[in-house]
Amino acid sequence: MSNEAILHGSEVSTHEAHHDGHGEHHHHETFISKYVFSMDHKMIAKQFLITGIIWAILGGLMSVLFRLQLGFPDATFPWLENILGHWAKGGKIQPEFYYALVTMHGTVLVFFVLTAGLSGTFANFLIPLQIGARDMASPFMNMLSYWFFFLSSVVMVSSLFIQTGPASGGWTSYPPLSALGDASLGSKTGMDLWLISMALFVVSSLLGGLNYISTILNMRTKGMSMTRLPLTIWALFFTAVLGVLSFPVLLSGFILLLFDRHAGTSFYLSDIFLASTQKALPNEGGSAILYQHLFWFLGHPEVYIILLPAMGMVSEVMSTNARKPIFGYMAMVGSIFAITILAFLVWAHHMFVTGLNPFLGSFFVLLTLLIAVPSAIKVFNWLTTLWRGNIRFTPAMLFAIGFVSLFISGGLTGIWLGNSSLDIHLHDTYFVIAHFHIVMGVASFFGMFCGVYHWFPKMYGRYLNNTMGYIHFWITIVGAYLIFWPMHYEGLAGMPRRYLDYSGWASFNQFGGLNHFISIVSMIVFAVQLLFVFNFFYSIFKGRRVKSENPWGSNTLEWTTPIHPGHGNWVGEIPEVHRWAYDYGKDGREFISQTEPISANESEHH
Amino acid sequence: MSMSAFFIIAVLLLGFLIVFQIAKASEYVAVLKGEKKTFEQNNRINGFLLLAFLILGLVGVYWCNALLKPKILGEAASDHGQKIDQMLYITLIITGIVFVLTQVLLFWFAFKYQYKENRKAFYFPHNNKLELIWTVIPAITLTILVGFGLYYWFKITGDAPKDSLVVEITGKQFAWVYRYPGKDNTFGKKYYKNINEAQSNQLGLLWDDPASHDDIVTTEALYVVKGQPVKLVINSRDVVHDVGLSHFRMKMDAVPGTPTTMWFTPLYTTEEMKQKTNNPNFEYEISCDQMCGKGHYSMKGIIKVVSQSDFILWRAKQKSNYAQAFPEKVPSAATPAPAADSTKSAKPAADSAATAKK
Repeated sequence: MSNEAILHGSEVSTHEAHHDGHGEHHHHETFISKYVFSMDHKMIAKQFLITGIIWAILGGLMSVLFRLQLGFPDATFPWLENILGHWAKGGKIQPEFYYALVTMHGTVLVFFVLTAGLSGTFANFLIPLQIGARDMASPFMNMLSYWFFFLSSVVMVSSLFIQTGPASGGWTSYPPLSALGDASLGSKTGMDLWLISMALFVVSSLLGGLNYISTILNMRTKGMSMTRLPLTIWALFFTAVLGVLSFPVLLSGFILLLFDRHAGTSFYLSDIFLASTQKALPNEGGSAILYQHLFWFLGHPEVYIILLPAMGMVSEVMSTNARKPIFGYMAMVGSIFAITILAFLVWAHHMFVTGLNPFLGSFFVLLTLLIAVPSAIKVFNWLTTLWRGNIRFTPAMLFAIGFVSLFISGGLTGIWLGNSSLDIHLHDTYFVIAHFHIVMGVASFFGMFCGVYHWFPKMYGRYLNNTMGYIHFWITIVGAYLIFWPMHYEGLAGMPRRYLDYSGWASFNQFGGLNHFISIVSMIVFAVQLLFVFNFFYSIFKGRRVKSENPWGSNTLEWTTPIHPGHGNWVGEIPEVHRWAYDYGKDGREFISQTEPISANESEHH
Repeated sequence: MSMSAFFIIAVLLLGFLIVFQIAKASEYVAVLKGEKKTFEQNNRINGFLLLAFLILGLVGVYWCNALLKPKILGEAASDHGQKIDQMLYITLIITGIVFVLTQVLLFWFAFKYQYKENRKAFYFPHNNKLELIWTVIPAITLTILVGFGLYYWFKITGDAPKDSLVVEITGKQFAWVYRYPGKDNTFGKKYYKNINEAQSNQLGLLWDDPASHDDIVTTEALYVVKGQPVKLVINSRDVVHDVGLSHFRMKMDAVPGTPTTMWFTPLYTTEEMKQKTNNPNFEYEISCDQMCGKGHYSMKGIIKVVSQSDFILWRAKQKSNYAQAFPEKVPSAATPAPAADSTKSAKPAADSAATAKK
């Protein structure tokens, strides 16, 4: 208890303060209306975050299981059979289950963690707080958005427990494999549940996205012009635009797939004879490639849906902790805008080797490599933001720096893959795995960690433990590079993705030792993520208390709210904004809040 | 659960407990020592670690390359593969320079401009000139890469030369089937509803079409000729597969209902590669590179690159699919003809078959 006293001091009063922080929003709250069917954007953000964390643990665990197979293809693990039953007969992961694991790992991480868990959390949390609004445009729709996500999660989890197993055709679920139960066990009921779950997910994403857009456009506080918005908000805005315009296309692709599965249509099916039944199917005239167009019309914007919020948060955290304005604010906004536009025009670069017309392919090469220009602008602007700063290495800042490093590494290999002639060799090899895990997977996770460490004090009025944060950062960044960097070489050798055993291949079995190494590192990195999870939940209840409203010395509006903001965020009037969000180090002052009016003797303002 | 699993879990828990205790204790120490002092100390440690990470990371990149480069597949074994490798090196040089430059700046700036009590951050919100520079330079660099890339792309995906050997390759769960047009140099018609494995008709050839009678269908290996362009007509019988030829650096999907093509010229025979790689068991492998079901990882085919004369010999020994399906109708098929005879009779056919009909 004495230790607790040292940590928290005599600080009961701040804790009590938040109870009268509701402003005009006084209403009786029950447990259900506060924690379950909450319409407070901050609570919904926490719901998204915690659901995302649970999904991340599950999705990460799946990767540990299949890395176990990849790293130790000859070993048996009898305890696996105890847990997984016939999926791990004799202690060996069965091929069907291996494919179910990689499929679920991809689906869960891409959609449930890095879309819902990332955008859902930070769009909800930051948009009203940083633009100066009491809540979202439609708190009710916002609540529905979470509960549709929850429903979608329940359906997806339930698919793990059915007899024939969950979907196993890869996270992209290309037909005909995903359309025909006789072609693969996972394409039976598991695939239906996958499609239903994803349809619910699309609904959730649309409800959220429309809300984010209308809130940002209509509910900014007085003085908060669009060009005074923090870059987080710009990034979340374009993320929502991407989602609203591309998720419906994905849904249409799924609906056609459902028709092909159950209504006897031939959208994607043609000329199929199945060896398992020794029967020819009646379907003729469909195009399996149509699905790929519909899928990637979302699938490519999806990677920016994942990446943009991370970029926005990194910009914000980097500027705050370098104690220096973000360099080239307008260029940063412009490059996010350019990425958003280009995101819709590059989808076929996933399809260079599907038999796509090479002439058409050449346009997609050009447009794809164009994305490197706004990306380069962003990187150089981040570098210049660090230059001559006075940098504080909080865990959030370290993750922001790590993000930039990973974004460079993974972005540059995008230039390889986007060039169709190189893609012929590298397509669907480990090079692709290395590329997208670094640039989209790990980098976005770094953005997410950056956000969690930075805004945890605002979420819970307590800090995460710093030491655990540093351990988390260093092991994760070293581990991520150790896991994914060598994979480029496997890809250069043409080693295909989605193989559970390479020992039968003269061309690829030279990487046995490397796979072993990668698997061990990935397990260590996974264990360290559990340390973060522990830190997260422990600190919600026992973390060091936040004692000032603005612990990071930040300019943005969320730090003008009480330490424990109630529903409605500000006590009394919403503050008025007088300047952009990045006046750090101006006129010798460390930071100038957005709410401070421009003074007469201030140097030329932005 | 086995003992070792318990042991691992116990070690993990213990590790967690230790880390947690240290982390918690450091928080108390921080409060006692003063937040500012602790912050400065942490900042120095992390600043140093960032610099160390940069240096060790760059050494690691070099070391990793030295270790793994010998394990990638060596020289490309096709003309297109050589072009792709050239493109790869051009891209490697350009992106490599950018990689080192930006990573060094990132970690060096972080280290150099770490918090110092008396340092003032430089208020530097934007600079049009700088921003213009790093818009224009990447744009020019990428134009160069797009230019090279498309130059090779159109060479590789352009029409196959007229003297190409045309072979049909069909993917099915989980094997590859190859078809040669036979003496008439024309593939017979086929229809998937005619597929009948029990009656030796894996591809659904239409026996009403006389052109199908001499078509050779085999699952043994894909025989192609060194130095002669080969054009693959790629089909799938069930789901999407992909013909992945890592030694040739080539790849193309097999899509049911929509045939695709690719062509290349093999440069070394399988025998030559055995010597080049010092591996007596060397084979050119076809890997399925598109997720196709539970046997995806084992869906392997073999390409035999042989000399023109060996190819003719091999071809002469093959029975047509028709002869296999209806041994009674093709009496010669029941007992293989003497080798000398078969080479003689096959020779003109082989010559014509080697030249694809356009």
